[in-house]
Amino acid sequence: MRLNRLSKPFRIARLIVVATFLLARPGGGAVLPDDRADIFYSDYKGGGMDITGESVLVRKKFSENFAVEANYFIDKVSGASIDVLSGASPIKDERKQKSLSLDYIHDKTQYTLSYTDSAERDYTSNTFHFGLSQDMFGDLTTISLGFTDSRDRVGENDGGDGLPGHRPPDVVWLGHAESRSYQAGLSQIITKNLITGVTLEVITDQGYLANPYREVRYYDPTTALGYSLASQVYPNTHTSTAVESRAKYYLPYRAAASFSYRYYEDTWGVHGNTFELGYTQPISNVWILEGRVRHYNQNHATFYSDIFSQANAQNFEARDQDLAAQVDNTFGLKATYAFLPEGWKIFKRGTVTLDYSHIQFKYDDFRNIKSYSVANGYAAGTEPLYGFGATVYQVYISMFF
Amino acid sequence: MTKSMRLGAVAMMLLLDACSIQPWVKPYERDRLADPIMTWDRDAISSGYVDHIYESREGSRGGTGAAGGGCGCN
Repeated sequence: MRLNRLSKPFRIARLIVVATFLLARPGGGAVLPDDRADIFYSDYKGGGMDITGESVLVRKKFSENFAVEANYFIDKVSGASIDVLSGASPIKDERKQKSLSLDYIHDKTQYTLSYTDSAERDYTSNTFHFGLSQDMFGDLTTISLGFTDSRDRVGENDGGDGLPGHRPPDVVWLGHAESRSYQAGLSQIITKNLITGVTLEVITDQGYLANPYREVRYYDPTTALGYSLASQVYPNTHTSTAVESRAKYYLPYRAAASFSYRYYEDTWGVHGNTFELGYTQPISNVWILEGRVRHYNQNHATFYSDIFSQANAQNFEARDQDLAAQVDNTFGLKATYAFLPEGWKIFKRGTVTLDYSHIQFKYDDFRNIKSYSVANGYAAGTEPLYGFGATVYQVYISMFF
Repeated sequence: MTKSMRLGAVAMMLLLDACSIQPWVKPYERDRLADPIMTWDRDAISSGYVDHIYESREGSRGGTGAAGGGCGCN
């Protein structure tokens, strides 16, 4: 199915592109960020899942105008989220992601080109991104544009586990998915203490968009549980629009407070609102302490239901928990310590950062059928609503040179 | 938006550019804005990782400025 290029978000994005190229003028000079190297470790636990992440990033300037950044990231997943557990076995999997980014500056314009390759046993993704940003109006305004193209291949593990007497694990490839994203952003200095920004992003996907491990359920009085499971049926197109506005204010005793709000809507009927507040407090030249809170709410997708009235009740059916109506709240703390505040030899600065987040997920129309059923007194469709808490730890060392 | 409204918007932007707006925050007044604590995103790996968690668990996506790879993310 061809993308609808005449829809309102596309028309707005096209107008912004034309206006930006008319406004772009050469002038003074922008500056690339400092060279850096980071080693990163993260751990996510929650909802039956344990995911560790390890990453190395290196960024190097080869002239005042040209820089290269390379990143290698590994995700290791064990366990599975509840809607996979309800219909399948716990899993172990590993995803490896490699990316390369080139930055070039000419006068007040910065150009970025990047490529990302992500691979796990049953899913591969190749992403190309191009972006440019332009300073104008006395460097008080920065306009940025970006385009991202992703090509994914979706598969399903066939259940083999390689144990003695069993067949080895293999993957059945189910289809492809393509995604294109158009981004436009504006950053504006308002006063000597206040900076604001707004970002618009339109994403459109087509192809195999469902998760093959998740299933829907429908009332079935012929079974002991009172319901049966069936495959999900997703539309083969998906277009979304997100607009985020944000502001950061410098407080007189050297601290910063920030606020952001994002509105989201898509062709699957999901509307989401995200609010974030942040506070940053440096202590001398050695510590930076940060706190943040985030609130997110969304309604369910039009073809989502926790339990359908009968088999094949409608053309499209889903029971993915991320498409359910939900409210998520996050509380986070971050501490950065400069163990080389004044630098050493080739290093300008060295820091170590510890970041902790607690995320509480609460679903309004997704029920916990893993722990509750007729066996413990809950008829189909009356099981308690699902909710879980997740903790995320991140530790990373950053060297600037 | 009609074609004439679009042309009018573009013309207005050209006019604004031609007027050469003087910056109301002078370069010597931007020391606070140049402080690292005023950067939108000091650590791209960290924020990209957290954005990835939210996009895997929530229905919303995009608008945050990150451009990363896809995943199965069960």
